Amino acid sequence: MALTQEEILADLAEIVEEVAGVDAADVQMDKSFTGDLDVDSLTMVEVVVAAEEKFSVKIPDDAVKDLSTVGDAVGYIQKNQA
Amino acid sequence: MTARKSVVVTGVGATTPLGGDAASFWDGLLAGRSGVRNLTEEWAEQLPVRFAARVAVEPSAHLKPVEIRRLDRSAQFALIAAREAWKDAGFEGKSAEPNRLGVMVGSGIGGVTTLLSAYDDLLAKGPRSVGPRTVPMLMPNSPAAYVGLEFDARAGVHAPVSACATGAEAVGHAIEMIRSGRADVVLAGGTEAAIHPLPIAAFANMMAMSKRNDDPQHASRPFDVGRDGFVLGEGAGILVLESAEHAAARGARVYAEAAGVGFSADSHDIAQPEPDGRGVAEALAFALEDADLTPGDVRHLNAHATSTPRGDLAEIMAFRKILGSAAEDVAVSATKSMHGHLLGGTGAIESVATVLALHHRQAPPTINIEELDPEVTLDIVRDKPRALPEGQIAALNDSFGFGGHNVVVAFKSV
Repeated sequence: MALTQEEILADLAEIVEEVAGVDAADVQMDKSFTGDLDVDSLTMVEVVVAAEEKFSVKIPDDAVKDLSTVGDAVGYIQKNQA
Repeated sequence: MTARKSVVVTGVGATTPLGGDAASFWDGLLAGRSGVRNLTEEWAEQLPVRFAARVAVEPSAHLKPVEIRRLDRSAQFALIAAREAWKDAGFEGKSAEPNRLGVMVGSGIGGVTTLLSAYDDLLAKGPRSVGPRTVPMLMPNSPAAYVGLEFDARAGVHAPVSACATGAEAVGHAIEMIRSGRADVVLAGGTEAAIHPLPIAAFANMMAMSKRNDDPQHASRPFDVGRDGFVLGEGAGILVLESAEHAAARGARVYAEAAGVGFSADSHDIAQPEPDGRGVAEALAFALEDADLTPGDVRHLNAHATSTPRGDLAEIMAFRKILGSAAEDVAVSATKSMHGHLLGGTGAIESVATVLALHHRQAPPTINIEELDPEVTLDIVRDKPRALPEGQIAALNDSFGFGGHNVVVAFKSV
């Protein structure tokens, strides 16, 4: 069964907290990974790898550059989840 | 000609098998405690050596989870010790002038556990599972880089690598970095986190390690007739070195003068010292000359003394050769008997110990000598600490590494 947007956001926030040390409560749809959450390029790759495993999605490198906000990532995962 | 800059030690930090900070490390040394323990991990069961000296306080007690995740254990140790040393020197936050602040922090082996666990991931789960931080975690300059990032050091961030001489080499190069005018303040030291089955198997197969599995706490026994090799330890030591001028201007407390360094290379064998200690003797002579010392000024030696049969004797012969009859008045401590051999970290925590010995006027003991090797004709401080004389005295820290690297750092009391 497909996850809702809220469920994806909650799980993604947990990943960002673990990988980047950002409080999960700060991981909101409108936040930019680099500008607001201080997620650098290496951390972004870690987030992507963890998200691929968690949500059973493939996020190709080409797609990663378009994921500038948390909302972009949640949307991508929702659209592509198995 | 302008006078050469004097360099002083204004801060110390350490995370070691005897304690998670410099004060508890020092207390452990004076108490003659052993930091060596049985290894309880499953992987240890198959190894020829099943004991080591782990740090007394796990890094997770000091660092944020994200720091633990992003830093190899060797960099974790370095960061903890650097933060302590920085605070101990009286700095707060990034309070030094960035363009005049340097870092000189090395590791003998680097991020070996990161490398090997990434390889395990690669084999088990494929290339996508290899973390993007693997390279910045395994590179041997990673601890130096993270210390530099932490304090905004821009005068140069360097990572000497010279096996078990690394920590002392870093202190020596830091002295020279300040003397040359490239920096006013340098965070200097070494770190190591190599308690992993692969380095243990490799060192054991070189016949370099003690295999006294039935009695680990008595396994490291420098200068004893029954010595059979070193005991692996882990941890880091960092010193804040500073030009005397800069320290005086900010009213800093000074532990000791970092008076000079002697470097030499054996160019003899990849793993064995020359039997008569020629290279070691040259480094000693250079250090005395560089620090403007006569043999009679030296009253304390923190010996490298890994408790390998040949290494300990080569060091003793070199010391007698260079100091002559003045060697009789030198209190010799072999602190590895307690904290084990921290490889690239060892010269750094032993520099911390040497500085604190001068500051407190106490030579730490050497434990585990049941029968002193008759060829060791020096005054070894055994079992309990010994008071060092008052007045202007000097102390040396010797460190030697596979590859024939010899480093002797000279400190003077203030």
